[in-house]
Amino acid sequence: MPDNKTIEILRDQISADIAATDNLQALDNVRVGALGKKGSVSALLATLGKMTSEERKVAGPAINGLKNEIVAAVEARGAELKKAELEKRLASERVDITLPVRPGPLARGRVHPVSQVIDEITAIFSDMGFALAEGPDIETDYYNFTALNFPEGHPAREMHDTFFFNPDSEGKRKVLRTHTSPVQIRTMETQEPPIRIIIPGRTYRCDSDQTHTPMFHQVEGLVIDKSSHIGQLRWVLEEFLKTFFEVDNVVTRFRPHFFPFTEPSMEVDVQCDRSGNEVKIGTGTDWMEILGCGMVHPNVLRNAGLDPDVYQGFAWGLGIDRLAMLKYGMPDLRAFFDADKRWLDHYGFRPLDMPTLFGGLSS
Amino acid sequence: MKFTIDWLKEHLETEASVDNIVDTLTMTGTEVEAVENQGKQLAAFTIARVISAEKHPNADRLKVCMVDTGHGEPVKVVCGAPNAKTGMMGVFAPAGTYIPGTEFTLQKGVIRGEESNGMLCSERELMISDEHDGIIELASDAPLGKKYADYAGLNQVVVEVELTPNRGDCTGVYGLARELAAAGVGDLKDGSVAPVPATAGPTTVPIELRFEKDEPQACKMFAGRLIKNVKNGPSPDWMQARLRAIGLRPINALADITNYISYDRGRPLHVYDADKLSGTLHARMGIKGEKFDGLDDKPHEVDETMCVIADDNGVLGLGGILGGVASGCTEETTNVLIECAWFDPLVTAATGRKTGIVSDARYRFERTVDPAFVKPGLELATRMVLDICGGEACEPTYAGNVDIEEKIIDFPLSEIRRLTGLSISAAEARAVLKLLGFWSAGTGDLVKVAVPSWRPDVTIKADIVEEVMRIVGLDKVPVEPLERLAGVAEKMLTPIQNRRRIARRALAARGMDEAVTWSFVSESQATAFGGGAPALKLANPIASDLTDMRPSLLPGLLAAAQRNANRSYSDLALFEVGQIFTDDTPEGQRTFASGIRTGSAGPGGAGRHWRGAADAVDAFDAKADMSALFDALGIDMDKTQLVAEPADWAHPGRGGRVQLGPKNILGWFGELHPLQLAELDLTGPVVAFEINLDALPNPRKKATRAKPALNLSDLMPLKRDFAFIVDMDVKAGALLKAARSAHKNLISAVNLFDVFEGKSLGEGKKSMAIEVTMQPRDKTLTDEEIEAVSARIIAAVEKATGGALRQ
Repeated sequence: MPDNKTIEILRDQISADIAATDNLQALDNVRVGALGKKGSVSALLATLGKMTSEERKVAGPAINGLKNEIVAAVEARGAELKKAELEKRLASERVDITLPVRPGPLARGRVHPVSQVIDEITAIFSDMGFALAEGPDIETDYYNFTALNFPEGHPAREMHDTFFFNPDSEGKRKVLRTHTSPVQIRTMETQEPPIRIIIPGRTYRCDSDQTHTPMFHQVEGLVIDKSSHIGQLRWVLEEFLKTFFEVDNVVTRFRPHFFPFTEPSMEVDVQCDRSGNEVKIGTGTDWMEILGCGMVHPNVLRNAGLDPDVYQGFAWGLGIDRLAMLKYGMPDLRAFFDADKRWLDHYGFRPLDMPTLFGGLSS
Repeated sequence: MKFTIDWLKEHLETEASVDNIVDTLTMTGTEVEAVENQGKQLAAFTIARVISAEKHPNADRLKVCMVDTGHGEPVKVVCGAPNAKTGMMGVFAPAGTYIPGTEFTLQKGVIRGEESNGMLCSERELMISDEHDGIIELASDAPLGKKYADYAGLNQVVVEVELTPNRGDCTGVYGLARELAAAGVGDLKDGSVAPVPATAGPTTVPIELRFEKDEPQACKMFAGRLIKNVKNGPSPDWMQARLRAIGLRPINALADITNYISYDRGRPLHVYDADKLSGTLHARMGIKGEKFDGLDDKPHEVDETMCVIADDNGVLGLGGILGGVASGCTEETTNVLIECAWFDPLVTAATGRKTGIVSDARYRFERTVDPAFVKPGLELATRMVLDICGGEACEPTYAGNVDIEEKIIDFPLSEIRRLTGLSISAAEARAVLKLLGFWSAGTGDLVKVAVPSWRPDVTIKADIVEEVMRIVGLDKVPVEPLERLAGVAEKMLTPIQNRRRIARRALAARGMDEAVTWSFVSESQATAFGGGAPALKLANPIASDLTDMRPSLLPGLLAAAQRNANRSYSDLALFEVGQIFTDDTPEGQRTFASGIRTGSAGPGGAGRHWRGAADAVDAFDAKADMSALFDALGIDMDKTQLVAEPADWAHPGRGGRVQLGPKNILGWFGELHPLQLAELDLTGPVVAFEINLDALPNPRKKATRAKPALNLSDLMPLKRDFAFIVDMDVKAGALLKAARSAHKNLISAVNLFDVFEGKSLGEGKKSMAIEVTMQPRDKTLTDEEIEAVSARIIAAVEKATGGALRQ
């Protein structure tokens, strides 16, 4: 019968062997050496059968206790060794996280400022209950001029530097619309008041220099009902300008002016600071003309089939490209239409920068 | 239109400051362009005497002058003017003076060894005129040492206003004074003109209007008056000073008087040397080919659309625009005929545009001259000629007449509140109108308003509202919110508008840059892309490469690619969403979304990279863009027809057309045709797509927004691979369609994962391998059932393609 001392020695010996292993194979060798068929602990267990029951009562628990301890120690050491091995492997698996990835499509693609500003304008006027109306770029003389109260031969017609097409068989020649106002007529002809629309679109004038391009973008506004007046026009435009330029306040100055299609007519100046390189709206002591507006001329209402003693309303027009330049600081209008990748990447907008009133017009 | 404050005060009794005057003009509708304080700019220039002028010892053309400035020691000045001479009076600028005409600040210097401490100035250096042949020579009694600006009347505050085309009355200082008086800036002085009695009998020059009934009545009235025995010297200093201040060059008294009245009253006149006239002076339409030499020292040719003034010898000048040299007044003129006529604004404007002549007369006649001031204008001119040039006036003679019908408008005063929101008392409104020269009669809301003859632009109620509002002040109009809608606003955009918005964001989100290019392209570009129709050609293009309305967005994008390539940016992903034109009707204008990719600018990015360089773009990149755009717009590209018939701009074998039927084409994609690239001077590869956003089907109206129930199976899907050997021209689409339809209930997906061409397969053969996913619904499939489905797939593909399962 093995005495306690023998068991103790064996326990110490095996425990030391387990602790000394540095890999799973060595650990397994120790395990087999102790618990395998010919293992030292197994040999002790085999002696139990030859013992008397009294001897077995004493030696049984001791030897089985030793076996269980060794099993637990092997397991624990195994877990330690596995963890160490994983750590060693992970330590060898480092990547250089500074290696660059390709820029994603959202980093590369850009929306043109004109589209962005149209979306901004749309967001603002959607809140005021306006719809978006459109019309053709190729217009008849009637819609572009006559219906808008430009008399035949009047100098105001010539001020528009119109692009013409060649006369047709009846001698009539179409034009490229010089403003978005023809859509006023087209809308009033087909829609019963009340009307609240904005009309963004391309417009054309035969003019080209630093501040003029033969094609540009305008947005027109039109309100027709039985009560709207200049006091409300002032409100609409002041609210629009304040919201668009994202400033707390915009000081405006409405000056009487002349347009054939409105009466009374006005030009609107905004107060700004022109002292630096860029124009700052909402501050300063300078004035800058920014748009034209007025009450729709009775002749225009009449031409569109509305009785000017019953219906009334106001209209305004302003340049989208110019609004973009003022808000976002582009110095040259001509670059808008050049599609220079460097310009588009610099002044364009991220694809998901969608102007909304709930998320803000610009980020 | 320019005037001086001093001139204004001739007609307006006021103590108002310049700022007040300028602001009031602007805020009542006469926009002030510039205010120039001439005295300030010329403050340093003084009157000096040249004590001596001797030849420069080292330069033939220069003189060394000793100049008495009136202050302290004489100053030594080197002068290059040929007219510098001993004893003359001139204008002196000391060193340190800013010279406006040459835009530099004068420095002390040494010129060819001689010290120079200032300058004797020419008119151009002071910006009085273009005169630069010599220095200014003043009268011998000019006050030494005094400021030249004060002496010459150049100490004026000059105001320049921009007039709208409807305000002929404001082309005269008197009209502007009326505006200011109405706005409360002062009191308008009496401007009435007393008739001048005739002392020399009737005007002996016959005057006629010769217009046929079918011609425009271009000159409705011609008033003339002969004044005999005048002396036409220089005009008086005060008149010269005023004309100079507003930038006019004094000529002689008769010419200066016409210019003066033109600016003073907005009433252009003309003077003829009566002794140079032959026969009947008459106004008529011109005859093509007639010529005259104008007072602008240029020859002019007229035609039948222009109104001319002629005598029996031919055309003298263009009526209402420009007089001629031949009949003009000179210093020798002794008998002068004054013309005060009324020319039609539209004919004047048309002639002005056609000839390009810019004159003070045209500026006024095309804005309409007061028809009631023809006779008074002639009397005023007569008075001034007699006062300045002496002589005896004959009786005036008149040909024709301008209708001065009294225009009365029924005006409800409530109209002011209706259109502007401005609340104003009847008395205040009528007081404003009265100051502007409108008379009103009646009590209560509805009054009758008589429009003065100088305001032909006022014809309707709204015009009167504007008159009251602009004088009361737009700042008095209360700002009032536009009534908000009762509920949540309805959808603002139409389907096509929304489609454009989504298309832009979707394509930008694929890494493409949005371009906005001209709506017009060159003829060759238009023709190359199916355009070039005569109806879409501009009659007056601004440039030879911007002549035709674009039939496609691609030429603009390709031209942009070429410009970028010239700047060495040759990997480009560009798109545009915009209009193209198939004819000149509204329906012929379509919205397209089109894009190009060049170089290696595929959807994953361009250029080399450590994980692998980007491939050159190919037709499938364009197809992927198109497919992505369809996805964004809710259209399943698999449900469209793909036809291997590319657009004309594409490589015939590397592109296709997407359609819903032969007459409902949605778009094209493909690689650019090599000839197109050569035409545009582009190096390939370039791929492109175009989608007709207008042609896309609208989503079907649905009764409910709810989506169909989700039908999930708990059973595991299983996958089987098949490879087929088919002829080279068999389309993948046909193979996939056959496999999919082999068992529609069971087959949930077919994925083509390999295409292989190789000699081992045999000549003209290729292999296509697919992975078929089967999704059992009710029960797990048995091996026999799987075998049966596989057999159906093989049979269907073999039948559709004529190929065979690869063993």
